This record gives sequence, structure tokens and C-alpha cells, in this order.
Amino acid sequence: MYNYNDFDAKFVAERNRQFRRQVERRISGNLSEEEFKPLRLMNGLYLQLHAYMLRVAIPYGTLNSRQMRQLANIAERWDKGYGHFTTRQNIQFNWPKLRDVPDMLDALAEVDMHAIQTSGNTIRNVTADHFAGAAADEIADPRPVAELLRQWSTDHPEFQFLPRKFKIAVSGSPNDRAVIRAHDIGIGIVKRDGRIGYCIIAGGGLGRTPMIGKVISEFVTQENLLPYVEAVVSVWNLLGRRDNKYKSRIKITVHEHGIEKIRSLVEERFELLRRTYSGIDIKLFEEITAAFSPPEFQKVSAGEFELAYKSDPVFESWADTNLAKHRAEGYAIAQISLKAHGQTPGDATSDQMRAMADMAEEYGNDELRISHEQNVVLPHVRKSDLPAIHSILKKHGLATANIGLASDIIACPGMDYCALATARSIPVAQDISNLLKNLEDEIGELKIKISGCINACGHHHLGHIGILGLDRAGVENYQITLGGDATQNTALGRRTGPGFSHDKIVPAVERLILTYLELRENSGETFIEAYRRLGMEPFKSALYDRVHAHAAE
Amino acid sequence: MTGKFTPKVVTANALREGDVVYMKANDDWTRDLGEAELLTEEGYAKLRLLMAEGQPEYVVGPYLADVADGENGPRPIHFREAFRSAGPSNYFHGKQAGLN
Repeated sequence: MYNYNDFDAKFVAERNRQFRRQVERRISGNLSEEEFKPLRLMNGLYLQLHAYMLRVAIPYGTLNSRQMRQLANIAERWDKGYGHFTTRQNIQFNWPKLRDVPDMLDALAEVDMHAIQTSGNTIRNVTADHFAGAAADEIADPRPVAELLRQWSTDHPEFQFLPRKFKIAVSGSPNDRAVIRAHDIGIGIVKRDGRIGYCIIAGGGLGRTPMIGKVISEFVTQENLLPYVEAVVSVWNLLGRRDNKYKSRIKITVHEHGIEKIRSLVEERFELLRRTYSGIDIKLFEEITAAFSPPEFQKVSAGEFELAYKSDPVFESWADTNLAKHRAEGYAIAQISLKAHGQTPGDATSDQMRAMADMAEEYGNDELRISHEQNVVLPHVRKSDLPAIHSILKKHGLATANIGLASDIIACPGMDYCALATARSIPVAQDISNLLKNLEDEIGELKIKISGCINACGHHHLGHIGILGLDRAGVENYQITLGGDATQNTALGRRTGPGFSHDKIVPAVERLILTYLELRENSGETFIEAYRRLGMEPFKSALYDRVHAHAAE
Repeated sequence: MTGKFTPKVVTANALREGDVVYMKANDDWTRDLGEAELLTEEGYAKLRLLMAEGQPEYVVGPYLADVADGENGPRPIHFREAFRSAGPSNYFHGKQAGLN
């Protein structure tokens, strides 16, 4: 994994020193809020409903045990003993005091972390497949590319005042787990004639005007990657609408001008930029790639795993849902659910963070990943160690066997924390999770995603069942979309019709699920497959026509 | 007179702590909505907001929030203000856990 060099460490230390002085000047009255706000946002500090919120970047979702322990310490010392993992692989602390934030940033710097560019109209934290370097279906590890992009985009002088924020995601596998088609730029690693290259997708995004990204180049070689991405960002930087923030994202630029025109402008710009790259990016990429070289996998018997799997039904159930196929024989990818039934999606206490750090150190090559689905991953574990890992997870309330099931819900913080929210998300997620707890194994794979406002941090457009919380005449109201898909077959959900009040939304979701169970061809047909076969009608009818029938039962 | 004026309070977030505060009649800030000054006249409410905006060393983003006059002082009308005056619903944190 990548460690800061002297330059990185000095840069972050200097930024922290500057921010400490800026906070002092704000408190002493020498900076107005108007002057201070852009400075605090550049350092990831928001002011939310009840408190400040510090958003810390976890580049491409990768952490080591030391970093995870430090996050636990920060949560305990300066917050309320927990952190919230987000859909962009960041962690948010919900209760810091302004005066403490410089100390928190210094504590982060001790473990090569920071909060730079986690806000503002800049290139944000570059995200990646959370199974990077471990997945059986991977062409190449996406993290070296993500790290190269992180170094290139951090404090890039041309890209500090973009028309709006800019989000990049990288996937190294044809099975997209990084939602690359819903990012400003999505990068998919591809292989052509034995050579590795990059398929570049531009103009995707969710929010008020959701758009699926379009392929702008099928194959960009390694030498051309950085100048090509720079060309895309710089073309948008000039063309992007600064007059209307609802039209400023690249998805609108691509939509308004057409992908063909954007492609030709990018190619023109690329020809100019390419000549300015001296090859240092290639050398750097090679160094970074070396830092991500895979661990040495050992040949180990999976005997203990098989024994536990046969004899312990709780372990069997957890293994069936929470493990994914690893590239090395005898190994597995273990997913730790942060979706205990009835709890807040994505939250982990300091004790839980420490337990996960200990497990990573003891059993997992010292690596942890944060997924955009708000769970934690131990990417490299020997199958024979899984029974021991499972028993530790149980002790810490981390053994929920629900990855990919109905209670593995993405939910943004919503109006419980966020100043932009128009309704709450978390209690809806908690109630659905409690309701479906005993039914979810029967239901099978189901992605429910909840956002508390149109900005769609909860990816509701991409949920098999998407829920969007709005404020309708001073009352919380929840719209439902069906048929969204966050994989390589990206699809935006369609709205079912009028929304439901806070006390009616969970029963409405229940009706959808009962309808699915009633109408599916067999237990192998998932919710999304049944929806694709049946269309909207039976679900719409369950939501709107059969309310009274169900109520009467 | 055009239309009925919905009573207001001046509210903001405290600069240092970040938590929700309300303006009292004596220009001080309180963390308890019940102690806030109830503003029943539009012109006066605007004036009080200006007074709040003159205190950037204590508060951030002051604005006028709709309230109703209750037995224990002003109470929120909109659910957003209700959450601001209480705290999040997923944990017993914020004002509901005790005014700090």
C-alpha cells in the first residue's frame, strides 16, 4: 500500500499549520465567516444541523490497521465515539468542535491521512472497487491508477475552482463494484491484445438530473491516461456552466453539447497536453504500482473452514452472504457488515474500529477496505482463519450476515445530520431493516438505497428499490423508484408515483416485497429480475391500489 | 395589513461549538428554544436578525425560523426546526441529551 513520501508529509503538515492559523483568526474575529467558509471546506469541515462535521478522505477506500486505530482514537477523543462511513469511501465525524479540528487533522497526518478536497469545487476523493487487488475477476488492481490520479489532482492549481465538484471512480474488473457509470469520470481497466488500458466514461452522475456516463474513449493507453483525463477535466472546466449550479456538472455539459463534440474537444486538448508530459507520470505510476504489489499468498488447507461451515449454521449463513471469491486459492474476501439490524447504516464505534484493525493485522495482511455500500472489507484472509474471524466479529456486534440482502441498505445521513437534507433517511433504513430481518434470507439479493434529498448521496436512483425523502408542504414525503442498478448494467430507477409519508413508507416497501414474493417464478428469481420480467404494473398496483385490501386483512 | 405574520425566532449555529442557538431578548444566545425571544412583528424580526448578523464572533448563519407560541415559550413548526431543537433520531445525542 502507498505510504506518504517526504513531499506528501510536508505538504499535509503545511496545510494543517495554515488551517490552524485560519481557525485561530476566525475565532479571534480576524476572519469573517464568508472568508473562512471556503477555507474550512477546502479542509473537509462542514457546518451541519447540530454541529460541525469533518469529512476525512479514505483514498480508494484502503486503510491499514494503524490508520483505522487512529480513526477510532479521533472518534473517541474529539467526537462521540463513532464514525460514519460514506458512499464515497470517506469517514465523517459528526460532532467536532471548531477549536479541536486542527488537532484532529494533525492526528490524521500522523497516519498519512487528511481531509483535503473532501469538499468544494475540486476533484474529490478518488474511489475504487473495494475488492481491489483481491477479486477473482480482476484484470488489474485499480488502486495504482487511483493513487496516481489522487497525486495529480491534489492541489492541482488549474482545478481548484472548477464549475462544481468532480468525482472519479476506478474499477479493475468487468463486474463493476465502483459505480463508474455514475461518476463524472469513470475508469474501467480493460485488456486489448494482451495490453492493459483504460476505458474512459464521462458525464455520469446522480443528483437532481441523473445521467449514465457515456464512453468517451474505448481504450486509452497507460502513457496517455493522465493527459487524457486532464484533457477531459480541462475541457469541462472551460465549458462547464458557472451561471447555474444545477447545470454545472459535467453530466450536463456532455448532455448539452453531445458526447461527440466533447470527445473531439478532448482529443484536441489531449494533443496539446500530451506533449507537456515528460514521462514522469509513467515513472511515478511504476513506483506506485510496486507499492501495491500483492501479498504472497500461501497454499493453506481450508479444512477448518469446511468443518465450521458444516457444523455451525450461524457461520454457514454468514459465509454464504458475506464472503466473496478471492483470486488466490484457499483465500476469501470477508465483508464486515456495518448494517446490524435496526442500526445506522455505515456507523462503527471506536471499539468496533479497533476490533477490525486487530483482525486486519492478525489475519488480513494489515489491509482494510471501505465499500461505497458503507461496509468494511478484509480483502485477503485465509479461509482457515474465517471461523476465528467470525467469532471475533460476533463479540463486537459485527457478524451480521446480510451483505447484498434487504437490510444491507445504503442511507445518507439525511435530516438527522445534514444541513441540505429535506427528510430523514436513517430511521427509514432502521425500520426497513428491522421489518425484513426474518424475511431477508427468503427474499435474497435486494438493493435498497435511501437519500434524504435530491442530491442523491444515498444513490437512490440505482437501488432496486430507491427511496427519496422530500419536504412536501412541511411534511416528510418519500418517493419510490424501482429498477435501478448500480452494476456494469447501470440503470436508473423509475418513479412509481406519488410519495408516502414517513409512517407509510415502510409498509409501502413491505407491500413491494410481498408482491415480489408472491409473483416470482421461483426462489432463484431475484427482485430485480422479477421487476424486469413483470414491469412496473404489479408493483404500482401493490403500492397504490391494494393499500385498502392489505389494511383490511 | 397583508396576511398574518408567522411568529419567528432568530436562530443560528454557535461558531465554536457548531450547535444550534437561539437569540434571547437581551441579545444573548441560548441553547434552549423555549428561552428564545418570540418575534411577532415582521419589521422587528428583521431588525433582530440584523442584530444577530452583527455577532459573527459568536454565531454562524443566523436566520429567522417560524415558530408557534407555546406554554413553555416558542416551539418549532417545521420538522427541520424540531430536529434542530432536539437532535438526531438515531442516537440520544445533541440537545435531547442535555443542553451543553
